[in-house]
Amino acid sequence: MATLIDAPPPTVAAPTSKSAGGGLGNYILIRFLLIFPTIFILVTLVFFLMRITGDPITAAQGGRLPQEQIDALVHQAGYDRNLFIQYIEYLGNIATGNFGRTISDGRPVIEMLAKFGAATLELSINAVVVALLVGIPLGMFAAHKRDKVPDAFLRMFAILCYATPVFFAGLLLKLTFSVGLGWFPVAGRASTTTELAMGRLAAPTGVYWLDALRSGNVAAFGDVVHHAVLPAVALGLLTAGVFLRLVRTNVIGTLGKDYVEAGRSRGVSEYRLVTKHAYKPALIPIITVMGLQIALLLGGAVLTETTFEWKGLGYQLAQYLTARDFVAVQGIVMLLAVVVAITNFVVDIAAALIDPRVRY
Amino acid sequence: MATTSMEPTKKSLLDRLPVSSHIRQSVGLQRTMLLIGVVLCTVFVVAAIFAPLLAPYGYSQISDDAGSFPAQAEPGGKHLLGTTVGGYDVLSRVIWGSQTALAVIVAAVLMSIFLGVFLGLVSGYFGGWLDRVLVVIADAIYAFPTLLVAIVMSIAINKGQSGFWGGIFACGFAITAVFVPQYFRVIRAETIRLKAEPFVESAQVVGASSARIISRHIFSNATRTLPLIFTLNASEAILTLAGLGFLGFGIEPSSAAEWGFDLNKAMSDASSGIWWTGVFPGMAIVLTVVGLTLVGESINDLNDPRLRGRKAAGAKGAPGPSTAAAQAAIAADVRGL
Repeated sequence: MATLIDAPPPTVAAPTSKSAGGGLGNYILIRFLLIFPTIFILVTLVFFLMRITGDPITAAQGGRLPQEQIDALVHQAGYDRNLFIQYIEYLGNIATGNFGRTISDGRPVIEMLAKFGAATLELSINAVVVALLVGIPLGMFAAHKRDKVPDAFLRMFAILCYATPVFFAGLLLKLTFSVGLGWFPVAGRASTTTELAMGRLAAPTGVYWLDALRSGNVAAFGDVVHHAVLPAVALGLLTAGVFLRLVRTNVIGTLGKDYVEAGRSRGVSEYRLVTKHAYKPALIPIITVMGLQIALLLGGAVLTETTFEWKGLGYQLAQYLTARDFVAVQGIVMLLAVVVAITNFVVDIAAALIDPRVRY
Repeated sequence: MATTSMEPTKKSLLDRLPVSSHIRQSVGLQRTMLLIGVVLCTVFVVAAIFAPLLAPYGYSQISDDAGSFPAQAEPGGKHLLGTTVGGYDVLSRVIWGSQTALAVIVAAVLMSIFLGVFLGLVSGYFGGWLDRVLVVIADAIYAFPTLLVAIVMSIAINKGQSGFWGGIFACGFAITAVFVPQYFRVIRAETIRLKAEPFVESAQVVGASSARIISRHIFSNATRTLPLIFTLNASEAILTLAGLGFLGFGIEPSSAAEWGFDLNKAMSDASSGIWWTGVFPGMAIVLTVVGLTLVGESINDLNDPRLRGRKAAGAKGAPGPSTAAAQAAIAADVRGL
């Protein structure tokens, strides 16, 4: 989604280093510095947009307390001060590493981000694994059977993957595998016993299957995997369609290359040509696109988490938005902005290392 | 191409219309996909326009002359697709939902084309600090998950409870925030390219004003790809609208039927095995998006000779695509999603 324009946005990097001496180092530096305006702009936008929407006190108490009392509380909390002063104060706090406490449930923002961020990370990793397992083999198969019936079906499958909202995919999976067949649980990250066991660990990473493995708790690991399957499939299929198409196009591109032709004339089997000769060079562009998928994945995670009551950043974000909890929302958006900006940075650098033409 | 010899010298109007000319150009599998897409889109638009005639009941109707509708009734009889927990008729809500979806798509895409094209033209033509600032802002929004941008925009706009049109525009505007950076980038890049063309330079030499050059010479040339972007974005607009509705940041449920909201309500039904409240609105979303995507992709493929199937390109055993063509095909494929 949202990748109408090809390639990451290196266009912004003004061609400052026309002199050959600058080269890669210069490019990396400029690209790195561009991370900061991106984060700054997003944080600023969210700050002002959230302030337009109202304040947490009215959202929680509106209608229950008389207006004068609400006004007094708002005044006490300082939400009626000049917006610009609040903004400067907020920037100052961020600069000193003070992200504050969430308004609605009073946790330190950093702790909240670490706890729910780990859950979202776990979901994203699971989904990417599913996407790769489904997308790459099917894409290779489609390229092999180009313009034949299996290819047509796989292309329709890719479009269906894109066209099915994750929450609808989730609903269908739940209806079939949880309610109908009873194979998987309906929602949640783990059963209560596992949650408790995970909570007792000394230094948890927050990624349940990793924690379960480290503590050697086989039962807990099984339980976590059992819960993870449906959400991972729902979110993974969304990305699998993108991978399938990419692998297909790239393998078709490399299958026409001279060295593949040479291999074919030497009598290398068609299967080996696809899986060995054409496949590896076709992977390079996929790495770039995988980075671009992170935004799609994070957006999908919000919906998947809500569908499966997976208590991660997306699930919490929806709750905090409803409560107009500025502090928590700003913290989550800031974290997401940092993740997206750094991923794009890494992708651009990887692209520059692979293809010198990207540099300026 | 095989059809070249049969084409009359002067094309009729039907041949020059975008979609119908593409159907003529296409062959085999591609034609099937395009036709399926056209049929799905037609069904969607017809359902949207004639919703008041097609839907058996109103979208918020819970009783008729014979009394209140039963809650969670199974499909069949008086309620072809069953009823929801609140007693709404599922079929009626699905049909009315297409009207909401169409209104939001049109509002969102028109607003974003207007804003995005305007900003892109100005930014690309004049350059300078304005251009740099706009590019950095557009890139920042573009990189961020689209659904989150839409959510934040929608609560910022939709503070007060709004009616049908208010809700449509709030949602449309939230989706606009997602699309403007995309249109902006496409149009800006195109404008920068066109600015160096001789016909723009000659207009400058003749003394035409900037406004005239932008509106006459650059605008008509830079906006050629817009119909394609429109189809591709329309499907994304539906998905974003459904996402907003599902999370409860969409249109007020009492003022319009919305598929995403219905799916949200259906989630709790699922655990008790009630499938009809969720499956039908979900199918509506999927079929509409598939239809729009098929049309958009087919047009994209047909406009780009490198992507036409082997059969269309002629059966002379066309040489394998060159590196540049392969790269372009990859880029186009990435763009499609």
